[in-house]
Amino acid sequence: MDDDDPNLKHPSDKQDNSGVSRRDFLKISGISVAVPLVAGPQAVMAAGQQVPVYGPGKVPMEFTINGKVHKASLEPRVTLLDALRDQFELTGAKRVCDRAECGSCTVLVENKPVYACSVLAIEAQHKAITTVESLMQAGKLHPLQQAFVENDASQCGFCTPGFVVACKSLLDKHPHPTPEDIRRGLSGNLCRCGTYAGIRQAMAQLSQKGA
Amino acid sequence: MRPFEYVSPTTKAQAVSLLGASWGGTEILAGGTDLLALMKDDIVSPKRLVNIKNIRDLRGISSSPQGLRMGALTTLADLADDAGIKKNYPALAEAAIEAASPQIRNMATLAGNLCQRPRCWYFRNGFGLLPKDETGNELVADGDNRYHAILGNEGPAKFVSPSTIVPVLIAYEAKIRLEGPKGKRELPLEKFFVIPKSENEREHDLGPNEIVTEVVVPPVPNAKIAHYEIRQKDVFDWPLAVAAVALKMQGSNVESARIVMGYVAPVPWMSPEAEQALTAQPLDQETAQKAAEAAVKDAKPLSHNEYKVQLARVAVKRAILKAASGGAA
Repeated sequence: MDDDDPNLKHPSDKQDNSGVSRRDFLKISGISVAVPLVAGPQAVMAAGQQVPVYGPGKVPMEFTINGKVHKASLEPRVTLLDALRDQFELTGAKRVCDRAECGSCTVLVENKPVYACSVLAIEAQHKAITTVESLMQAGKLHPLQQAFVENDASQCGFCTPGFVVACKSLLDKHPHPTPEDIRRGLSGNLCRCGTYAGIRQAMAQLSQKGA
Repeated sequence: MRPFEYVSPTTKAQAVSLLGASWGGTEILAGGTDLLALMKDDIVSPKRLVNIKNIRDLRGISSSPQGLRMGALTTLADLADDAGIKKNYPALAEAAIEAASPQIRNMATLAGNLCQRPRCWYFRNGFGLLPKDETGNELVADGDNRYHAILGNEGPAKFVSPSTIVPVLIAYEAKIRLEGPKGKRELPLEKFFVIPKSENEREHDLGPNEIVTEVVVPPVPNAKIAHYEIRQKDVFDWPLAVAAVALKMQGSNVESARIVMGYVAPVPWMSPEAEQALTAQPLDQETAQKAAEAAVKDAKPLSHNEYKVQLARVAVKRAILKAASGGAA
């Protein structure tokens, strides 16, 4: 991964930063004892029961994205966003801040908007994941996407997929949002081009139509 | 993010035994909104992540004559949407809505909000919680400290406690429950936050192998309670000052008060001076102003944050007046 570039110096990169080896760690963590299994994940004993241990290497995972099952072998450190973009070619959700601030990676998990950059893929397994790619049906834009076009609600367009998903979630919850609902409901998405006025107009148009 | 192994216990006892006895090797994953960012920035690099989201006992909100119980995994969205909280603890529901964007509210948990690490930009850039240069000089005192502490900042800790819902929870006299290898314990929430004096201490009274299990609030208090935040942005922004007040009344006078400030000190800052100033007084502009003056009387701003003294004063005054006029909007 790009953030593991050895040339990237960091203040915490002291000589002992490599830390304890995994084996040492398991030894010193006391109660936990590694118990290798014949197949599948390893396990540790915890409070008298075996708990499976995944990683740090690749782990087989299975996802339900836009109603379809997708499989991949991924390390536990891979985020849902990176899995969508790099493994399943679902590049609608964008990687911008990668820190749960900008909203460009907004997807729905169990119908609730979340930042895909801040969910680990391994914990998104067996949950209904919905991305912006699901909105367009049979070559036809979703009314929300059409409203974005008609109201000039994007400029460079990089934040747009995240905004569209956040708008969809807001309209599902409040079909006729007040300006205050819109302002608060979209507070988790940023647009550096400043297309907020167009987005508000698109939402107002849909609110009148009751889309 | 550096590689780690991932475990997902289903009981509190399993979680406790999967955590390390010292900081650094393991981290607890709940909502992940703070932890994953810290891991991406190499501020923490655990060898093992203990996902606690599959532990049923840590979920749920329940009300009873004994009060309100909120499981550690309660999300901010749950807090904001819960009918009982909206009705009986409206200032808490309001603080939960104000705390973050819809996306974060759907992910972030109550326990994670209490245990989130400070937003101090020195800390977030890898210089430590009590940042020093090679010669031992404190970086914050001589550096850009515009968002740092104005109270409780005599020691090396100059960051501000980052939770915006903690002050109002303290106003409601909340208690936090923890579980670790030595069993369970309960603390008044204000005692959970400590000012670290050395780099190997944390800002919470929490052992490396302890977990927060729940937060309990006593029955709906017969008090006027309000929460007030001052931010640069109206929504989704870290505040510059927060105040929460709970005023128990006797007739038209204040019998006793709890006044808690946020974003002014390394811990949520209770102000006995302001509480004293309001006791046995009627509630009006003048008494609110006197209490607000008392709240910041001992403030010692750093080189770039004197403006925060006025903001904290205004936050306290407005929280008192908001409580007087009926509390949460």
